[in-house]
Amino acid sequence: MQVALWRIAHARSGDKADRADIGLFAYDAPTYDVLKREVTAPRIAAHFASLATGPVEVYPLDNLLALKIVLNGALQGGAARSLRMDNLGKNVAAALLRMEIEAPAHLPRLARP
Amino acid sequence: MKSVRIGAGLGFYGDSWRPVRASIENGNVRYIASDHLAELTLAILQKDRQKDPAAGYARDVVPMLAELWPVAAKHGVKFVMNAGGLNPQGARDAVARAFHDKGWKARIATVTGDSIADRLDELKASGETLAHMDTGADIATVRDRLLFASAYLGAQPIADALARGADIVITGRVADAALSLGPIMHELAWRWDDWDRLAQGLTVGHLLECSGQASGGNFGSADEWAKTQDFLHLGYPIAEVGADGTALFMKAPGTGGRISFDTLRQQLLYEVHNPHAYYSPDVVLDMGTLKFDDLGRDQVRVTGASGAPRPETLKVVAGYHDGWMGTGIIGFSWPDAYKKCETSAEIIKGLVAERGWPVEDMHVSYIGYDALLGAHADATYRDQLNECFLRMTIRTRDRRVADGFGRLFPWLGLSGPPYAGGFKGIQGAKELLGIWPTLVRRDLIEPNVTVDVEDV
Repeated sequence: MQVALWRIAHARSGDKADRADIGLFAYDAPTYDVLKREVTAPRIAAHFASLATGPVEVYPLDNLLALKIVLNGALQGGAARSLRMDNLGKNVAAALLRMEIEAPAHLPRLARP
Repeated sequence: MKSVRIGAGLGFYGDSWRPVRASIENGNVRYIASDHLAELTLAILQKDRQKDPAAGYARDVVPMLAELWPVAAKHGVKFVMNAGGLNPQGARDAVARAFHDKGWKARIATVTGDSIADRLDELKASGETLAHMDTGADIATVRDRLLFASAYLGAQPIADALARGADIVITGRVADAALSLGPIMHELAWRWDDWDRLAQGLTVGHLLECSGQASGGNFGSADEWAKTQDFLHLGYPIAEVGADGTALFMKAPGTGGRISFDTLRQQLLYEVHNPHAYYSPDVVLDMGTLKFDDLGRDQVRVTGASGAPRPETLKVVAGYHDGWMGTGIIGFSWPDAYKKCETSAEIIKGLVAERGWPVEDMHVSYIGYDALLGAHADATYRDQLNECFLRMTIRTRDRRVADGFGRLFPWLGLSGPPYAGGFKGIQGAKELLGIWPTLVRRDLIEPNVTVDVEDV
């Protein structure tokens, strides 16, 4: 079934130069396996097509049940030259949590929509 | 076993030091590591210094120490802070004056030599290209617009300052985590090529450098954030680091917030690029072997960092003038709040076109609808909003255009769509800054680094 990431994961984002970076975290190991399989660089790039002008990088960290995601060229050149209200990209993580993925129905911590 | 306990100070210029008091009074800390500099804070400080040569440091250092020093002195707590910005001696002088007025004594060290803005020709002559790290662009394209250029120094000068008995260490630009790694190296006397232990110390510094973000603040989540207890009295994180590098994270008893595997791992990956090669001047950290043991009751043990030898280059970040931003905001209430904002945006665009203003880029967003989420806003209720604010921004080379842009908006109050409000004065032009990250050989920077110790 289709599940929005906010129902199964938590995330924080920040900025470095013209990159927005996101940590995406599963609450448990079974969910982490799903994230690793479904939250791929091409899927993220499609989700952020209007934001990231450069490539998307994904680094899985099994010890943290986490994916480190980097959106290159996502901040209009950098926070201090950006015209956006969220110039620091703090809300990029919230935007990621709205992404939907294919997930099994019986994940341990599936929040109600 | 010998250990050292470090508490987080500020996480940015403008952060609150109120929670630091609890760490000093009840957290049994020996050091406060305080980070005052975000990536481009030095640009703000450069403007201060242009107006006043004695300025150019993070001014919050004076009221912060004025409030915390009496309790810190009583508990034997020292401060390591990068509040020196572009003028560490200026910061020291300001602190010294404040201490003199109150009759307080302290040994203050300053660390300088990070700024290379005046050395660019010399560095180029030594073979450094100073090319943009990410794009490879030639620095000549921005050279005449540069406002500052500073290298990120490591923990060694901080450890030196502490070895010379400093109570307060004021640096310019250093790696944020070095503010903690310095005292760890001074207290635990690890070797400077003990890469795994250095990596463990760097991890501690990185987890402490954003104050409340490690202890329940800004916990990015759909529902978990509300489980953070007592935001009002949120405690900043504290780490106790043992001689073998084991770090125990906690916060002062009686404070709000939370310390857990979740709060720490969110901070661990914050503003990190490749987690398997997190560069600092002192060591390259691989986060892939770290182990977090959540002991409950706001205690987490962190072990297992892997380190690789330090790089031969230091990162330099320069900032340059990159035009001006003009801003206009107007709000509308029901009915058709969004539609009226949209109509107003078209009117403003028409006014700009009519005037032939040189606008390089324009950004339109709707506060209450998509100003923070952009394309990821959910449009379901867009046309039923109770109220909505139009926010428009432009980028232009011409400061007068940026100043004039906001003045286009008040006219809409009488001659535009109905039920407008929310004018709060006209925002003038704001200078925009480009960021120029580059790498410079450390042997061209470190010989210029000076640690100056003075009793005030």
